[in-house]
Amino acid sequence: MNKPLRFILQFLNYSLFMALVWYFSISPVYHQLDEDQAMITFTLGHVGKHVTPCVKTSQEELLKLPPNMRKPMSCTRERSPIVMKIQLDDMVIFEKVGLPKGLYKDQGIDVYQNIRVPAGSHRLLAWLNDDVNVEGPIYKYEQDITLKPEQHLVIEFQSDAHKFTIY
Amino acid sequence: MSFINPVKRGYLALETWFNISFGNVWNPLYNLGTLTFFFFWVVLVSGLYLFIFFDTSLTGAYASVEYMTHDQWYAGGVMRSLHRYASDAAVITIILHMFREFALDRYRGFRWFSWFTGVPTLWFVITLGITGYWLVWDELALYVAIQSSQLMDALPLIPASMTRNFLASQINDRFFTLMAFLHLLGQPVILFFALWIHVKRLSDVSILPPRGLAVGSFIALLVLSLLEPAVSHDIADTQSTPAMLNLDWFYLNIYPLLDYWTAGYVWVLTLGITVFLMMMPWLPKKKMGPAAEVHLDECNGCEQCAKDCPFDAITVQKRTDGARWETEVVVQESLCAACGICVGSCHSSNPFRHSQQDLVTGIDMPQSPINDIRNQTETALSKLQGENKIIVFGCDNAIDFSDLKSPNIAVVSFFCVGMIPPTLVEYALKKGADGVFVTGCRTGDCYFRHGNKWLDERFATKRQPILRKRADRARINIFRAAETDCKQLKRELDQFQHHLTQLKQNETAGVSGVSDE
Ligand code: HEM
Repeated sequence: MNKPLRFILQFLNYSLFMALVWYFSISPVYHQLDEDQAMITFTLGHVGKHVTPCVKTSQEELLKLPPNMRKPMSCTRERSPIVMKIQLDDMVIFEKVGLPKGLYKDQGIDVYQNIRVPAGSHRLLAWLNDDVNVEGPIYKYEQDITLKPEQHLVIEFQSDAHKFTIY
Repeated sequence: MSFINPVKRGYLALETWFNISFGNVWNPLYNLGTLTFFFFWVVLVSGLYLFIFFDTSLTGAYASVEYMTHDQWYAGGVMRSLHRYASDAAVITIILHMFREFALDRYRGFRWFSWFTGVPTLWFVITLGITGYWLVWDELALYVAIQSSQLMDALPLIPASMTRNFLASQINDRFFTLMAFLHLLGQPVILFFALWIHVKRLSDVSILPPRGLAVGSFIALLVLSLLEPAVSHDIADTQSTPAMLNLDWFYLNIYPLLDYWTAGYVWVLTLGITVFLMMMPWLPKKKMGPAAEVHLDECNGCEQCAKDCPFDAITVQKRTDGARWETEVVVQESLCAACGICVGSCHSSNPFRHSQQDLVTGIDMPQSPINDIRNQTETALSKLQGENKIIVFGCDNAIDFSDLKSPNIAVVSFFCVGMIPPTLVEYALKKGADGVFVTGCRTGDCYFRHGNKWLDERFATKRQPILRKRADRARINIFRAAETDCKQLKRELDQFQHHLTQLKQNETAGVSGVSDE
């Protein structure tokens, strides 16, 4: 094979290789949202209430225990499931029953859920129940919101403060 | 002609194209492992440069990358682009490297180890790329951080949620610094360690491609870096979710799957593919011949076989049989590929020895001992008729040459051309062959890695045991062909016959038999 021809072939091969490298390093473009959509993230890190309510330990019982184990309240380990629901206008955009984790169902759950929604003005409704012994929503949040396209709105249930916040 | 599966046929056609374009020595498909190493070197050097200017804090990272990309485009910008594009190019060469080993059935049997250890290296490369994209701390980085964390959260590894670290209320420097540490030090060290294991069972492994190929690839990367410099997205902002992202599909390909599947399913898919790939060498297992055997009575401990073994299966130890030599060789059966190259390395494989009795050599293949090969050669030669008596010595792993048999052409098969003792060629010529035609794998593509190379060096008297000067080179032809090169093989053999006829005519005319090759 003569040299110039081989040079041309190599040039073509390298060009093709680099075109491939370049193309797939940025394309095809990934559409995370449509142009007129926004993203809502619902998140929490929360432990449900005890399934059986804790009872106060009596003085006699406390005295029977070694000093380092004297807890004023005695509780069973199992926690309640956490029921969550997010509604945008009349549409339920997220609904979940988060079962407690752990072998003894004694741990909390973490949620991080992305939800694509249409941009614009909406009535947001969020509610949560973390106690099996109570029917219906325990914590409720309602707010009019306006979402710009590509906006990211976080709805967080704050475990310490026991309330929803949005930011 | 034997059946060639379509994947192999297609692959060999691609190889032919690259042989035409680059020549056999520079053929990128014959250098995929070393080419990947080369891209890693580019990544390493460019990465060191980027590290000088990179700010490893969450607040400073983006600005420092922007500074390099725009204010220092001629140095930092080019380095950044080289860093990105060489990483991407490496993924292509790794995938091709894997595909090649698969298409040519070079992943089972004794090769299981290289294949099995290769799969995790692919993971290490991909995760290294992922943390790289994280460090830019642009919109893409935030996406990568969140999606990666969602995947991590699906594993029962850490009790707390990793994803919740990326809420505006939680975000902090510490996680980012951990990523910087992983990308800049932890992961590269793990990768190089994994690669060291990957090639541990191979001898004479090169970690640099031929110079021409390295230069060509570097120029190509540089031109791409200048034409299309790597750039960032906008700075990461927890308040917005960009509708469009320019994903690097070489590294971030599984993330969009999270839009459709839960993280658990994505894990099942990726781990399933990984386990399947790792199990491939046993699906089904490849049958292998018995390992080479050492015959100490004929071994003088010259160590040539240990030097030539492509798979480091022969070790040298102190003599155990009380003979006057200092050392002897031992074959590690589990490492032996049964290629027979050691038989070709052994001086004792000389067929001129023990002509009246069985030929025993220092190291031999039990399934095809050198004594049988000498007998086959003699019998074949004694049956040849006609003008140009040719004996073909061919390798079993390249073209099927059994069809070449004819009244004046005999064939003897070897596991590899490296198994042919040079003295056997001389022997065949002495015992009545007008020509010896050696055929094996394509140049640069020996099935047993070094067979072609050792044969060439022995014939060129540069490696022991040499083909002695007295062997008439004009009567020896080496032709290398893959399974699909039947026409070329026939053509080459015809030309060799023609050449031998001419030699004869010259000799009868009193002209000395000097080769025109
Ligand atoms: C991650 C980057 C990788 C690099 C830099 C690399 C590099 C290499 C090198 C330099 C060799 C030696 C080639 C020779 O001298 O004959 C080799 C052999 C091999 N590699 Fe890789 N490799 C990589 C990944 C992989 C992967 C992902 C697989 C497959 C799953 C794989 C499968 C093999 C096999 C089967 C061999 C044995 C070839 C032989 O015995 O002739 N490699 N690799």
